[in-house]
Amino acid sequence: MGLPMTAASSIGADALAKVPLKRRLKQAERARQTKALALILPLLIFLLFTFAGPIAGMLWRAVDDREVRLVLPQTIAALASWDGRDLPDEKAYAALAGDIMAARASGTIAIAAKRLNYALNGFRTILTSTARNLKTVPDPGTARETLGKINPAWRERATWTTIKDASGPMTGFYLLSALDLTRNADGTIVAAPPDQAIYRDVFVRTFLISLSVTVLCLILGFPVAYLLAALPPGRSNLLMIFVLLPFWTSLLVRTCAWIVLLQSKGVVNDSLLWLGIIDAPLRLIYNRFGVCVAMTHVLLPFMILPLYSSMKAISPAYMRAAASLGAPPLTAFLRIYLPQTLPGIGAGSLLVFILALGYYITPALVGGAADQMISYFIALYTTETANWGLASALGAVLLLATILLALVYGKLVQGQQVTGGMKN
Amino acid sequence: MEAGMVTPAPALVRFSGIQKTYDGEHLVVKNLDLDIRKGEFVTLLGPSGSGKTTTLMMLAGFEVPTHGEIYLADRPIKNVPPHKRDIGMVFQNYALFPHLTIAENIAFPLSVRSTNKAEAQDRVKAALRMIKMENLAQRRPGQLSGGQQQRVALARALVFNPQLVLMDEPLGALDKRLREQMQLEIKQLHETMGITVVYVTHDQSEALTMSDRIAVFNDGIVQQIDKPDRLYEHPVNSFVAHFIGENNVLAGTVETVEKDYCRVALAGGGAVTARAVNVSGAGASTSLSVRPERIAIIPNGTSSDEPNRLPAKVQNTIYLGDHALAVLDVADNREFMVKLQPGTHDSLRAGSLTAGSLRPGDDVFITFRPEDCLALDPV
Repeated sequence: MGLPMTAASSIGADALAKVPLKRRLKQAERARQTKALALILPLLIFLLFTFAGPIAGMLWRAVDDREVRLVLPQTIAALASWDGRDLPDEKAYAALAGDIMAARASGTIAIAAKRLNYALNGFRTILTSTARNLKTVPDPGTARETLGKINPAWRERATWTTIKDASGPMTGFYLLSALDLTRNADGTIVAAPPDQAIYRDVFVRTFLISLSVTVLCLILGFPVAYLLAALPPGRSNLLMIFVLLPFWTSLLVRTCAWIVLLQSKGVVNDSLLWLGIIDAPLRLIYNRFGVCVAMTHVLLPFMILPLYSSMKAISPAYMRAAASLGAPPLTAFLRIYLPQTLPGIGAGSLLVFILALGYYITPALVGGAADQMISYFIALYTTETANWGLASALGAVLLLATILLALVYGKLVQGQQVTGGMKN
Repeated sequence: MEAGMVTPAPALVRFSGIQKTYDGEHLVVKNLDLDIRKGEFVTLLGPSGSGKTTTLMMLAGFEVPTHGEIYLADRPIKNVPPHKRDIGMVFQNYALFPHLTIAENIAFPLSVRSTNKAEAQDRVKAALRMIKMENLAQRRPGQLSGGQQQRVALARALVFNPQLVLMDEPLGALDKRLREQMQLEIKQLHETMGITVVYVTHDQSEALTMSDRIAVFNDGIVQQIDKPDRLYEHPVNSFVAHFIGENNVLAGTVETVEKDYCRVALAGGGAVTARAVNVSGAGASTSLSVRPERIAIIPNGTSSDEPNRLPAKVQNTIYLGDHALAVLDVADNREFMVKLQPGTHDSLRAGSLTAGSLRPGDDVFITFRPEDCLALDPV
């Protein structure tokens, strides 16, 4: 009985040896992997629809430029061969006249007018007045003259350049605008005129406010996290409830509470006046100060929690060891404790900074006109002026800047990485 | 005998009337007086909660005595913060700084003392050579094995030449073979460098292997402080007898006391002569302590005139490689151990028994010399 079994198993081993180990591993793991995939599938689909989809849509809208092409298809085709140096030829004028007649009939003229008006202020009037006054299709050879008579703008090269630039299907126009850049008549990229150049300032402001809020959160959060990590569990749990308390009320309520506290007849000013510390109410709200205070309050837990978890992992034995080796408390803190909290500091700062970048409600409620962050403008363009292209471009620039920062952070952290030390 | 011949070196550490309580009700350390001489290797041995670690922490400065004073080189140190005590310490889980390399870890005590760079480098190199880890200087602690981390912790605690080195169960996390090897290495370091070591452990064999003297702690009190062989051969009470080495206990009542010896009637029947170590007098109850290797088994019927001869029933035999144990039922003790080993004690090798010749249920006799049976305080 023993012999056949040995023979069988040795044959089995031979057969097995022919199948590469990697493939056998894959086969063995397949069922588990399928199950794991099935478990994350709902989330994956959800994220695809609610996160990846919209972001892709936003990025696409930032460069999408098909409005003019849809309304003025013949004109775009005629302008394709135009070198842009002189006025286009009669053929283009005839095509434009034909397009305008057709667009008027289908009622789509406003779509193109809106898009062209972004690029050249007053284009809306040019197009609508032309559409209004162009009664019939001009006779062959007279299109240039007819259009020029209706609106002299058709005799200017810039008008035609604008149409050609907007011919799509993709454009860098919105992205350039978001960076305060524009193309001049020659097509070279130049700085936008000062009255239109606002976004760089807004981006700088957004990053500055986010940075100050991050620094404030770190300064306020570090001692709290340290205390949380050092206290015995009973008391630290109580303290943790206070840290998490802000999550129990809505963002709007918390922000409005700051208005109550900080306004000129608010609690803080009244108290200071009553104590005789100040003679006139301080301006604490509708300025940068109010924005930073309110945002720091809202974002503080996002700093404290990662700090706390990194500090909780640091055994008290390290500080004792440092002391026994002759390090005074401050030296031990700076050289032993602080470096080990760096991952927590990094994670907390990144979290707070990125959340702060996208803040909208809080600055809108407690900030002045000069404290509105980029989200305010994105909201403005999506809800008020329906300029989706510019709104998307601003969003795309913000996203790109954030990704760059995250990558820089990743590099920095990698350099500092603590490779699985003793965690008692 | 030997202790009397050597003039004792002056005490480096002196605990004087130390008491410690955490909750204000219960004393963890009760009135501790302990001298540790320069160059000595003293182990604080005891079960968990006996106060040994608290004592070490008070010496290191991480706990403050509730009462009493600790002197280090004749200087009271109760109010000296840990970083000014000049005491090296090796922790239970090594406490190597995970964000620093091995070399940086070892250099840490030198750099906080602002030792000049060149000298510090030389000393770190020497320390790495001492632990034979020069090639791992740039690794981080997480990349090392437990034994390697232990060596680094040791080097780090020694590199600044402290007056005293404390070790808090440093080998607890290592496996048996590595632990035994490290015991010898630490012992060797102690001998070659002449350092003073205070070592805390709950492992009695570790204490016996390494120490010059062992302080046995129980319930906040030092039960006995002595050389390893004295502790084993001459325990002063039942706790020490039981805690150090294997031990058989027989309960009884003292009948007569005559000089150093006494006659004890066993609770389970029979009487034996024992050395009176810790008995108050005739009529007192006592616990007899006999080491398993000091007992011989006499097969049933063999005549003998030994003064201590008790009937026993074999329960079981356990084979342990280098020796075997016979588990017997003697008097009221059903787990009475007898070590069977060739060549233990010539006079007691009657019948030269081996484990194989004993069967469960056999009726035999055991015998031991009066000087190997200690009459101690009742448990």
